[in-house]
Order: sequence, then C-alpha cells, then structure tokens
Amino acid sequence: MKSWKLNAVILLTILGLLLPAAPSVFAAEKTVVIGYTASRTGKLNVEGMRQIHGLNLWIEQVNAAGGVKLPDGTVVKFAAKDYDDESKKERVQELYTKLINSDKADFLISPYSSPLADAAAVIAQQYNKIMITAGAASDSTYKKGFSLVYQAYTPASRYLTGALDLLGKLDPAAKKIAIIHEKDKFSTDVVNALKAYGESKGYQIALFEGYDSGATDFAPFINKIPADANAVMGGGHFADTSTFAKQLFEKGVKAKMVALLVAPPEPKFAELGDAAYGVIGASQWQPEAKYSAEAAKKAGIEWFGISVADFDKTYKAKFKEEPSYHSAGGYVAGLIVEYAIKKAGSTETAKVKKVLDEMNLMTFYGHLKFDNSPKAHGLQVAHEMVYTQWQKKDGKLVNQIVWPEAAQTAKAINYFPR
Amino acid sequence: MKFWRQPGFWLPLALVFLWGGIVLVLKQDTIRETTFTVMMFMALASSLNILLGYTGYVSFGHIVFFGLGGYTGFFLISEMGWPLYPAALAGGALSGVIALLVGLAVLRLRGAYFALATIGINEAARAFVSNFGPFGGATGLFVNFSAYEKYGGAGQALWTTFTFLWITTLVVLLVSYLVKHSRFGLGLQAIREDEDAAMVMGVQAPRAKTITYVISAFFPGIIGTLYFFKNGNVEPGDAFQLHMSIEMLVMVMLGGMGTVLGPMVGATAYQGLRGYLLTSPIFKDLHLAVAGLILLLIILFVPAGAVGWVRGRLPALRRVLE
Amino acid sequence: MQLISSLTDGLLLGFVYGVAAMGLTLIWGVMTVINLAHGPVIALGMFGTYLFFTHLGLNPYLALAPVALFGLLLGFIIYGMAVHRVINAPHLSSLLATFAVNMIIIGLGTAIFSTSPQNIDYSLGSMQIGFLTIPFSRLLATLGAVLFTAALYLFLYFTRPGKAIRAVANNRRAAELMGIPSSQVLALSFGLGTMLAAVAGGLIATFFPFTILSGGPYELKSFVICVLGGLGNPLGALLGGLILGGLEGLIPTFMPVSWVPVVEFGLFVLVLLVKPSGLLGAK
Repeated sequence: MKSWKLNAVILLTILGLLLPAAPSVFAAEKTVVIGYTASRTGKLNVEGMRQIHGLNLWIEQVNAAGGVKLPDGTVVKFAAKDYDDESKKERVQELYTKLINSDKADFLISPYSSPLADAAAVIAQQYNKIMITAGAASDSTYKKGFSLVYQAYTPASRYLTGALDLLGKLDPAAKKIAIIHEKDKFSTDVVNALKAYGESKGYQIALFEGYDSGATDFAPFINKIPADANAVMGGGHFADTSTFAKQLFEKGVKAKMVALLVAPPEPKFAELGDAAYGVIGASQWQPEAKYSAEAAKKAGIEWFGISVADFDKTYKAKFKEEPSYHSAGGYVAGLIVEYAIKKAGSTETAKVKKVLDEMNLMTFYGHLKFDNSPKAHGLQVAHEMVYTQWQKKDGKLVNQIVWPEAAQTAKAINYFPR
Repeated sequence: MKFWRQPGFWLPLALVFLWGGIVLVLKQDTIRETTFTVMMFMALASSLNILLGYTGYVSFGHIVFFGLGGYTGFFLISEMGWPLYPAALAGGALSGVIALLVGLAVLRLRGAYFALATIGINEAARAFVSNFGPFGGATGLFVNFSAYEKYGGAGQALWTTFTFLWITTLVVLLVSYLVKHSRFGLGLQAIREDEDAAMVMGVQAPRAKTITYVISAFFPGIIGTLYFFKNGNVEPGDAFQLHMSIEMLVMVMLGGMGTVLGPMVGATAYQGLRGYLLTSPIFKDLHLAVAGLILLLIILFVPAGAVGWVRGRLPALRRVLE
Repeated sequence: MQLISSLTDGLLLGFVYGVAAMGLTLIWGVMTVINLAHGPVIALGMFGTYLFFTHLGLNPYLALAPVALFGLLLGFIIYGMAVHRVINAPHLSSLLATFAVNMIIIGLGTAIFSTSPQNIDYSLGSMQIGFLTIPFSRLLATLGAVLFTAALYLFLYFTRPGKAIRAVANNRRAAELMGIPSSQVLALSFGLGTMLAAVAGGLIATFFPFTILSGGPYELKSFVICVLGGLGNPLGALLGGLILGGLEGLIPTFMPVSWVPVVEFGLFVLVLLVKPSGLLGAK
C-alpha cells in the first residue's frame, strides 16, 4: 500500500519535472489557431463565405511557405477553427468563448457585420485575445473602449464620401441628393457621415430615409425620390441593395449617379443585367488595384505579403470564382496576424499588440494603419476605398475602377441618360 | 397540503440550484456560456409556461417583453449609468406594466385571435423601437467596455450576470410552482379547460388572466436586460425576434406544457440539441433541418411532451414530476 | 402625383399579397390550423420558378403551372406527414408541427441553395402612362393573381370537391355525417393552401430578388391580411391584400416609410380587438 503511494508520488514528481521542460524539446513547431465564427448560413452568407475563402487561402499559403520563424527557433504554423453563427448574435459570445477555451484559439477574427463583431469583441477583450475585424466597418465598434480589436476595413464614415467627390467631377452643377439606406448600424454610420459631408460641400439632401433590414419592396422609397435629384446614394448589404438597384432601374429613375454600398463590387451583382449598368459601388479592394512593393518603397512604407496579381490568380485557381473585397478582407486579416507575429518575434498578446499599434504597412490590399489613441483604438485610418462602376465592354458587363483618378481603369459614365 | 413537503416542489429547484452551483464552483468559462444560453431559455420558457400552460392562452409574441424590458434595462445602464441589478428589475417592471395595459385589451380575445394579436404587438413594438430616438432608433444602444470595470472587469461581469440569471431562473421556477398549486392557479386551469364554465363557477377570469400575463411578462424583462448587458449592445432586430418567440413555445411543448419541470427539460433538450448540431462537423450545413425533423417526430409521437409522457406512463412519479 | 404612383404600386402588389394570404386563410378556415410553413413554401415557389427558368428555359409565367402543381403535391406531403396526426389535437400541436416543417424546409433550402439572393433575369420593361411608370412584371403578376383568385372561386363554388371543402369548413362533423370523406377534403384544402403560397412566391420572384429566407415577411403580411379580411374567408383575403397594399402606398406620402409597419401592425391589433371577424365580417 505504502509503496504504491510512494511510487505514485515519484511518478508524478518526474512528470512534473518533465512537463515544463517538454515545450523546449518539442518547440520546433507550434500551431497557432485562428478562431472565428462566420455566416455560413443566414442572411449574410454571401459575404461570409468569401471571407472564409480568403482566410483559408492565406493559411494554405503561409503554411506552404514554411510558416513564421520566431527568433527562438520555433516555427509557427497556422490552423483555423470556425463555427457557423447563422448570421445571428444569439450564440456569438458562446461560440467565441468556446473557441478560446476549448479550441485554444490564439488569435481571433471577427464575425461578419458590426453587431456580431461587437458581441465577439467583449469576449476577445475579456480573454486578452487580439481580434482583427474584417467586415465590421461601423465606426462605433472602436469607440467602446476595446484595446485589442483592430479594423482591417475602411470605417463606415469614409465609405461613400469619395463618391460625392466623384459626383462633383461628373456633374459640377449637381446639387440634389437622395439618400436611402438600410437601417442597421453600418449603413446608418455611412450615411450619417455622408450627409454631413454632403452638406458641408453645399449639397441639398432632398430625401433621407431608412428601410428595415430584409426589405424587398422599394417602390415607396423610389416614388419619394424627387424627379430632379442628381444622385441616389445609400443601400445596405448585398440582398437588399441588389433589389434596390433592380427597382431603381425598373422605375426609370433619372439620376446622373447611383452609388450604393456592399453589393455593386460583388461579381454576383452582374446577374441583375441592365439594372447593374452604371451603378457605382464603394469597394474596399478590387483585383485591378495598383498597390505594389515598388509604390510602397517610393512612398516610404513597408511592404508585406503577396502581390495583387498573385492573390487574384491563386484565389481564382482555388475557388473558381472572382475574388471580391470580402475575399481580400479575409486574407488580409490573416496577413496582419502573420506580419505582427513575425515582427514581434512572439505570439504573446502584449508583444503582438505593440506591433499592431505602431504598424504602418502596405499590402496587396492597400495601406494599413490603426488609430492607437484610447478614444478610437483600433480604427483603421490609412486604408482607402475605391469606387467601381458597372460598364459595358464588348456588350458584356464589366466592373471598372472609376475613382480615385490615380487608380482609374475607366472614366465614370452617367447612370442616366444611358 | 404543505408544498415544501412535496418532492415535486424540490426537484426542479434542486436541479437548477445544483447545476448553477456546479458551474460557479468549476469557474469554467465555456461551461458558463453554454449554461447561460440554456438557462436563459429555461427561464424564458418557464415564464411563458405560466401563461401558456396554466391558462391555455398561446402568447405567440412573448418575446416582446424580453425586448422591451431588455431595452429599458439597457437604456438605464448605458444612458443613465444605473447598476445592473436595479436596471434589470426596472426592465422587468416595465414589461409587467406594459403587459398590464396590453393585457386589459388583448386578453379578451381567445384562441388563435389572441395568438395573432400578440404577433402584431411584437411586430408593432419592433417597428416602433427602430424609430424611437431615445432608444437609439434602428442602430440601438451600446455600453462602453469600461462599464464592465465596475463589476471587476468583463470576465467578472459575465460571472455576475450569470449568477443573476441563475437566481432569476430559480425564482421563475418557484413562482411557477406556487401559481400552479395555489387556489389562483386552480382558477387558471379551470379557465384553460373551459373559460365560460369557469366564470360561471365564480373564477374572475379577466382579472386572473391579466395577473398571470403580468407575471409571465415580468421575468423576460429581467432576462432581456441581462442578455443585452452581457452582449454589450442591443438592436431592434435582436430584441424582437419572432423566431425566438416560437422557439420558446417549442421548448414548452417539448417538455410538456402546464408542468413546472417541462419547460426546463424542453429548454435543455432543445438548446442542447441545437448547440450540438451547430458545432458538430457532421451536420454542419444541415443542423437546422435535422433539428426540425427531430422536433416533428417528437410532436407527432410524444404530443404531451417529455414530462407529460412520463407522467402519463408512470402515475407513481406524478408527485415528483410536477 | 407621388400619391397616385405610390398608390398604384401598392395596389398592384396588394393583389399578390392577397394570393399568399388566401392560402393561409383557406387552411385556417377549413381546419383551424395556423400554417407556419407558409413562408418557406412561398420561398420554394420562388425557387421553383427560378429553377424552371434558369435550367429549363421556361418562361417564368408559364412556369407558374408546374410550380402550382408542385405546390399542391407539397401540400399533400406536408399534410400527410406533419398535420394529419395532430389535426384533432389542441391547436398548439399543429402550430408546432408546421413550425418543424418550416425548420426542415429552411434547413434543407439553405444547404442546397445557400442564402445568397437569386434573381430571375427576365425583364419586360416598363409601361409609361403620363408620369406613372409601371413595370410590366408587376402588371402581369397582378393579372396572374386575379386569374388564380377567380379560378379558386369557381372551384370552391361550382365543383363537387370545392363544395365539399366549404362544407367541411362550415361544420366538419355534419359534413362527415353527410358522407363527405373529411380527411381527403382536409388534405385537398391543405394542398390548395400551399399551392396558393407557391404561386404567390412564383409571382413575387418575377419582380423581386429572393433568398430561401424571403418567405418570412410575406408570411407575416399574410397574417395581417387574413385578419383584415376575416380569418377563414378567402375572398376577404384578397380585399385585405388590397387594403394592405394601399396602405403601404399611402402612408409613405405623409410620413417616413419606416413608420409603415408600426401603423400596419397597430391597425392589425386594433381590428382584432374591435372587429375580430375582419373588416368584411358580417357578425
């Protein structure tokens, strides 16, 4: 009896001595788990799936390239773990807690859309985990006192303002704007900033109305657009915005410019046929983007990662679809983590956070820099939108970059007369 | 008959007490989150059952009280700087007051008409709140992360919220039992069987129904505040989900309506199943369909719900499984 | 001017709403079942039309015929699998049974079609009358709605099975005593109800993009319409649809569009309280 106990104690002691030593023995490789929930089902599934694709592509490439080597010789490889959040907030916190505790996620990526990301941020912050948000563009998320949440997207407040600059170029005489938007956090943030910017530029906001998420009938709104409005702006997410665009066309709206959120940059938008023609979209990124290592060098900014062309090519080869900015967003979220770990030489939250706070980086996706003041910590301050327009080339619809002028692939045209 | 001598009184309370207690002792966050979801629905289903199970009135849009109470409580926390406890109670109280006003009018309707009216009320409330400035309109309200500092950081705040929910659940179950076994509750069950006959027998049906409605609206208000506080934000779309309301009905039915234990069992089974299917790799894309199929089979073949079925089969257990 | 164009749009849409609501109200009238699978069936009608159009190249209006047939069969299946066993149980059971069907359809639909929006790329252009611009698709949809209503009316009033349905709706016991096979009639009515839902979905799909989740809002509107027109009264449902469509056109002319649902559902509760038999109801 006694000897049995003694043996056990000895055994445990040996084990206890071995355990702390174990990591250094097997330290050659370490797998960092990137955890997230995504909208695999539910209303945000188009946007969500592309983001998943983008992230998976990054994981595949970074691992194939041998992962990230840390100064202590450890090789960091990446793996992803995700759950379906059904595009609903109900289980987001439960799933993120599970990701952190049960699946041992080291870094987090936000769910798609601002409300879901907000709920996840509470959990990330509490467990001292860094979360990169992709697809949570609302400014308000970063004004809630989180210190570990970093935004990959241009914030909502700068989403459509560039389209107004474009309008000034397209039609200097324009003065009346109608704004119709989805009544969710993101779109509301966008149009509030747009309205303020428009008014400061001397535009008259002739209509300012919101529709419920999931709306299908836009006739009541379209009927309210004044006949002499020069531009129609707004929208929300993919489903409602494409419906809106279709009905604008059917109702024969006679505005010079129609600029909408989220949907137009998606390749699927072309299924609307004629209704897509002339519609301008605000995009975080386009395959035609002109970011490059040389340009970064000229501007004195550090460059990191894959080139635009390579991303476009490898993405198409793997998923048999055109990458959209949601795809790029998923990829770049991973890329940011990779860069920060490499630069910090560690996977510890505090060290990685320090790198992110000071980061000033150029990638295939554009310029990235985070606000590090406590007031709006993590807000994306450098990344710029591009504006795209569906135009016809040899009778086929193609999406062209029309703004800013430096990145133009084609000149902007009028929505009406067409 | 003294109720505290009945095993049926102690069983649900003891189960929830133990469950919550174990979670608090283990201090394991994943378990807490899973339990939070289950317990939240347990309490919601139980409070719905107080109306649905005992009076037979099908409140289809019961989630409106979760939403309105939650909004009120959250408003008090985020805009007025109230602490969680009084804010949650105030949220509950507001739900109760609204139930009183609405109930006076709507409870005159019976059967499907009442059910449809409650849907209308929920949708009207959702549309109203998304236009209501003080509640932030369509974009809702949020608390700054620093608000959790008062509770000893976010981690501690979540534990506090959980403890509060645990106590609320216990109280709901207690009230549910007491209502069922009081003279008042017998009156309600008479209404359920035949309202006109009950009135003839001297049950003051309108008053009794209204009181029951208020009770069953009070708790969802508290739970709403806790849930939104935990999430850190509230929006009309999350607060007034008709789908959640129907799920509450499902849970009551699964466990067995009109029993104290039933909604508990139903909520645990339903949420457990959904949670499992959602995270299991096999059913990844089919989780909803599989859950629906299982639900259909249960409704068709075990219509009295789990607890009702056992009570029917094993009369000896009737005093234990209330 | 805005008033007239807004009202026209609303009324045209109202006809289609009416067809969807007729399906719901028919099922309620005959067997006092609130069919919670109504929304997903509408969505399936949308996808049916879409699949016939994109894969078989069938004109979306011609596709309505197979979609209607498919809706009828689907109704029989749902009735046989989910509703028949609980038809005499307390009404909550049938509610939950149809909710389970709702979950199954949405679940399978999401797995097969994903929830990305689909769109029938079939444009007929618009008609211009003065300042009014009316898309032809909406006009045709209205026409389709009227035709289906007329057909339903003729069926219910001038054929034997139709008369049997009305008899069962009136008093199932008495009808059974008169030798009417009630389970067949119930199955038929359920089939007709889902057929109407599928057709309404098909019509909607010709002018709105849709996802597998799109049925939900129409299901809710159907509830409102049924109550406005009187629960269980198919022709009342059409009128209810027009009233709702009219309101949706009218209200935005003098207040923000986002207040429409507040008024709609407020009115709905009010009608239930004051005149639960519906605006048309005699007693």
